[in-house]
Amino acid sequence: MLKIEDLRVSIGDKEVLRGINLHIREGETFILFGPNGSGKTTLLMTLMGFSGYNVTGGRILFRGTDITHMPMYERARLGIGMSFQRPPTIHGLKTRDLVRMCSRGHDVDPDALAGKVNFSEFLDRDINAGFSGGEIKRSELLQLMAQKPSFVLFDEPESGVDLENMQLIGKVVRRLLDGEVDLPPGACAKPLKCKLRTSGLIITHTGYILDYINADRGQVLYQGHLCCEARPRDILEHIRSYGYQECIRCLDEPTPGRVVL
Amino acid sequence: MKEVNLKDYTFSGAEHGQIADLRTLDNSDKDRILHAGVDLDHGEGSALFMQMDQSTVHCETRDPGVELLDINVAMKRYDGLPGYAWNNVDRDKDEFTRAVAAKTHGGYFVRTKPGAIIKKPVQSCLFLKADRSGQNVHNIVVVEENSEVHIMTGCSTAHGETHGAHLGITEFYVKKGGKLTFTMIHNWGEGANVRPRTVGVVEEGGVFQNNYVLLSPVGTLQMYPTINLNGRGGIARFNSVIVTPKGSHVDAGNRVIMNAPETRCEIISRTITTGGVNIARGHIAGHAVPCKGHLECKSLILGGGQSLAIPELDATVEGVDLSHEAAVGKIAQDEIEYLMARGMDEAEATSTIVRGFLNVDIMGLEGPLAKSIKNQVAQIDARAF
Repeated sequence: MLKIEDLRVSIGDKEVLRGINLHIREGETFILFGPNGSGKTTLLMTLMGFSGYNVTGGRILFRGTDITHMPMYERARLGIGMSFQRPPTIHGLKTRDLVRMCSRGHDVDPDALAGKVNFSEFLDRDINAGFSGGEIKRSELLQLMAQKPSFVLFDEPESGVDLENMQLIGKVVRRLLDGEVDLPPGACAKPLKCKLRTSGLIITHTGYILDYINADRGQVLYQGHLCCEARPRDILEHIRSYGYQECIRCLDEPTPGRVVL
Repeated sequence: MKEVNLKDYTFSGAEHGQIADLRTLDNSDKDRILHAGVDLDHGEGSALFMQMDQSTVHCETRDPGVELLDINVAMKRYDGLPGYAWNNVDRDKDEFTRAVAAKTHGGYFVRTKPGAIIKKPVQSCLFLKADRSGQNVHNIVVVEENSEVHIMTGCSTAHGETHGAHLGITEFYVKKGGKLTFTMIHNWGEGANVRPRTVGVVEEGGVFQNNYVLLSPVGTLQMYPTINLNGRGGIARFNSVIVTPKGSHVDAGNRVIMNAPETRCEIISRTITTGGVNIARGHIAGHAVPCKGHLECKSLILGGGQSLAIPELDATVEGVDLSHEAAVGKIAQDEIEYLMARGMDEAEATSTIVRGFLNVDIMGLEGPLAKSIKNQVAQIDARAF
């Protein structure tokens, strides 16, 4: 689904990503760990196509198409969606209207969708105006539900969220990744769901989100390099016990990027 | 401000007879008027008025709660409208007021009955059809005690190319507990020079709500409508949306003078300059306590031009509460990218942000008027980008 080949990215004069190779398959959820400043957000922003993230080498393939230099909206239309960590306020743009725009002409019921993330009372407010951390997450999820991407980028879905909201957000993220569809009564959901499973790339610091989703694989991003591929829970355990210092050792191994934890 | 030379225009000879049914107007004229917010084909107002060049061509009331007369008829019938005519506006203020005082071509006199709630708007249309002609208009609106009315007035030329001068005097009288909503849409053209002169008085507990929309080009426009809140608890609100393309010179502001305790006012303007000159003025004065006023002018420059915001606050008593917020900004890249990440291309994203910025929803307008404004906002985007 998403294939990253030897990707090098600079911000200004500074090289942040130094040769990233990653393959996320159809329906797979991939968790990215890493300390602050390791380049996690840069990777997400580059995948989405933000300005200011200059690809100096390598390429990004999405479902076989080279999207390395594609404008952001074309990536979105191909099926890549992103949950923003700090989205801007747009005055005069109602959440309801933005939800409709996210669906790009498909039938969408903002009220019904908002009900699912407990966000109905915000539909007639300007998007992101005075939203708290948890409200931003719910708003982002609401937009993604309308957008229905086949590949989702989440930048720290748990940051700034209290425990009560975490449960709701975790469940909705899971539903999104499971490719939730509205089925006619009596229809068999299983084969359809498997087919529609959404892929995802999730950045997490705390790992709380792992309590809610089925994450298949994980890796640590450290100083612009990917290393330590393992089961996400194992990586989390390891980081909790030893911190990211171990990653330095791991990078120094003769075969970097793969150790069994 | 570029001066208007009134000698360039003829102030006689562009007279027209009565038009009993305004649906019989040319389709192109009706379309221009529709863009000024008045739908003549599906008009459902409580009253309907039309001034064409130098004549009142239509004056019709459909609601017994509201009186509508041509201004010259009203002046004759009510002995010169003492206490109303030239009471708020000084006839010697400038050459434009003097011109209208010397020769009033028309205009409307609207008066509600005390306590009457007029559900449907009074619709008025001031139209410049003949080329190089001048139009002298005098409007007087009296909202009697505890009554409510919405006046929608659309001002337009017959073509974008029509040269003309529109001099319009408007005097508002909102009595105790009355409520007046006044919505004005301008749809002139690059050849039009427009000089409205507007002053209103609001008595105790009265409310004056003004909506102004100018989305199309105009040669020069200069106005500074002023509301005096003279009674306890009076409220005035101004919302303006102004776009100045290349060739347009607009100097427009709103002024509220709070002369009584417990008065409140709010002046909000959104302007976009796409190559023209826009001067956004605002003035709030507080001369009694408690009173509260807020002034907000926000501007965007898209593709050149000049934007000059001049907010003024004037307080003469201890304890007044006045504030202002003025900003000239740009469309932020992070806002565009946020929307692009949802699948909008750059033009869609920009026009979505511009629509939000202009925020015409705040006026709470409905029906064909809201639709017309929406269409026009979409067109500005096409022109600007």
